[in-house]
Amino acid sequence: MTAHDPHIGAMTAAIDMPLLSVGGLTKTYGSGRGCANVSFDLWPGEVLGIVGESGSGKSTLLGCLAGHIRPDAGRVVYDLDGHARDTVSMAEPDRRRLSRTEWTFVHQNPRDGLRMGVSAGGNVGERLMAVGARNYGAIRETATDWLERVEIAADRIDDRPRAFSGGMQQRLQIARNLVTGPRLVFMDEPTGGLDVSVQARLLDLLRGLVRDMGLSVIIVTHDLAVVRLLADRLMVMKDGRVIEEGLTDQVLDDPQAAYTQLLVSSVLQV
Amino acid sequence: MTEHAYNFAYLDEATKQMIRRAILKGLAIPGYQVPFASREMPMPYGWGTGGVQVTAACLTPSDTLKVIDQGADDATNAVSIRKFFERTARVATTTATAEASVIQTRHRIPEERLSEGQILVYQVPIPEPLRFLEPRESETRRMHALEEYGLMHVKLYEDIARHGEIATSYAYPVKVEERYVMDPSPIPKFDNPKLSGMAAIQLFGAGREQRIYALPPYTEVVSLDFEDHPFEPMKADHDCDLCGAGESYLDELITDDAGGRMFVCSDTDFCAARRAGGHRGRLVPEGDAA
Repeated sequence: MTAHDPHIGAMTAAIDMPLLSVGGLTKTYGSGRGCANVSFDLWPGEVLGIVGESGSGKSTLLGCLAGHIRPDAGRVVYDLDGHARDTVSMAEPDRRRLSRTEWTFVHQNPRDGLRMGVSAGGNVGERLMAVGARNYGAIRETATDWLERVEIAADRIDDRPRAFSGGMQQRLQIARNLVTGPRLVFMDEPTGGLDVSVQARLLDLLRGLVRDMGLSVIIVTHDLAVVRLLADRLMVMKDGRVIEEGLTDQVLDDPQAAYTQLLVSSVLQV
Repeated sequence: MTEHAYNFAYLDEATKQMIRRAILKGLAIPGYQVPFASREMPMPYGWGTGGVQVTAACLTPSDTLKVIDQGADDATNAVSIRKFFERTARVATTTATAEASVIQTRHRIPEERLSEGQILVYQVPIPEPLRFLEPRESETRRMHALEEYGLMHVKLYEDIARHGEIATSYAYPVKVEERYVMDPSPIPKFDNPKLSGMAAIQLFGAGREQRIYALPPYTEVVSLDFEDHPFEPMKADHDCDLCGAGESYLDELITDDAGGRMFVCSDTDFCAARRAGGHRGRLVPEGDAA
């Protein structure tokens, strides 16, 4: 890797640069540890899985990456149109603009990511309106199109998410997040709380969207099946540290660290 | 205790100074909600405690005060506030819009064009236009600071999706000088165009919410809308039954229990002046002097 300094500015050889480059990211809570000294690169079009048990620092790490939590130390350098920008030190307006346009965040609980009092169409349209769309007809057309892409019937467009099943709510959240064509998607346990058949459909949908839109994804989960299906690369976390990383199949089929071995062997074989 | 025991216009000078500072700051940043230390007033919240404090801070002994409630000079709220300042400030009061130097209003802008030198004070119940969309104050402040107003259009979108048109008919959100989104207080959207380019100073006081905001004279104020659903001011499709005015905002009154109704100007001063000038509406018999 070359310079991470945001002041260096234009780095025109975009292909030589990862989309997201994380170095030394640390966040502690009082005496307890959130995540410590995490470093990795994410390349365009890549899906990175982060697994680990509850309390291992996965969600803290994701929050720091997405700009929801301010890390104590470290940098998160994002490739914004060929300019390397450190999103930790960048001004808040810029960071929030980034999170409305280039990034998006899919929450585990759709209630956190949706506006429950606003219709499905309004939910999908919000990001469009946030970046300046002011034509009702066009917003509605795009929203209808996206509802169909996530397999929600177009005639449900004026229903509120409250009237939707859990799986539909999660698909609606995905539509709402992807409508502005982001490049980087953060997902926090997107299949948590869904039953297995609904999970399978959602994963199938996600896989299609990631492929079609060329998305880069960082997905946090405790479910190894999810990363097996979706992720190109895998990071295993324990006690706030990355203890193993590599290609997904390599890590899952030939785990090196003792904890990873335990994790892989804990999965029930049906 | 007599009214002489009170300072001029009820509030003590230090409080008025503090309110004036907030007003000046509001005028310097049109549409921005300035926090101020709202005082307890001898009236309940919701009765115009914010407006009364702003008026008290603006009044001088030589001012002439007019108070209206939904356009009317003779409604309870208007009468009680007018009496309050008659007693505590001993200023002259009037019902004639043109003669007033300070006008405190609840939910209307007078029909008559205001001029330079006049001050229009609005009573505001909820100053935050984003409140019902985003309950967190910390978040709405950040949204104002960063100009993130997409959510405001979500509300208008929901209106059109549900009602086929923008059904918001009062407290219709506006954008001030292409910067702050502002709640114009619950005036009918019929009055929204009058906000823009007004010669008078417009001050907004929210007592319970402890906010003051302002529009200096000739400020550009644009009502939010969509390209394909433009903003439209709205009024009852009638003429005034008393003065015959076709361009004023009307109240609908039920006159009997057999479906009888009449439409009258909500601005009582405007209506009375027209009748005095010889204009006659549908329900005023020929030859009947107003």
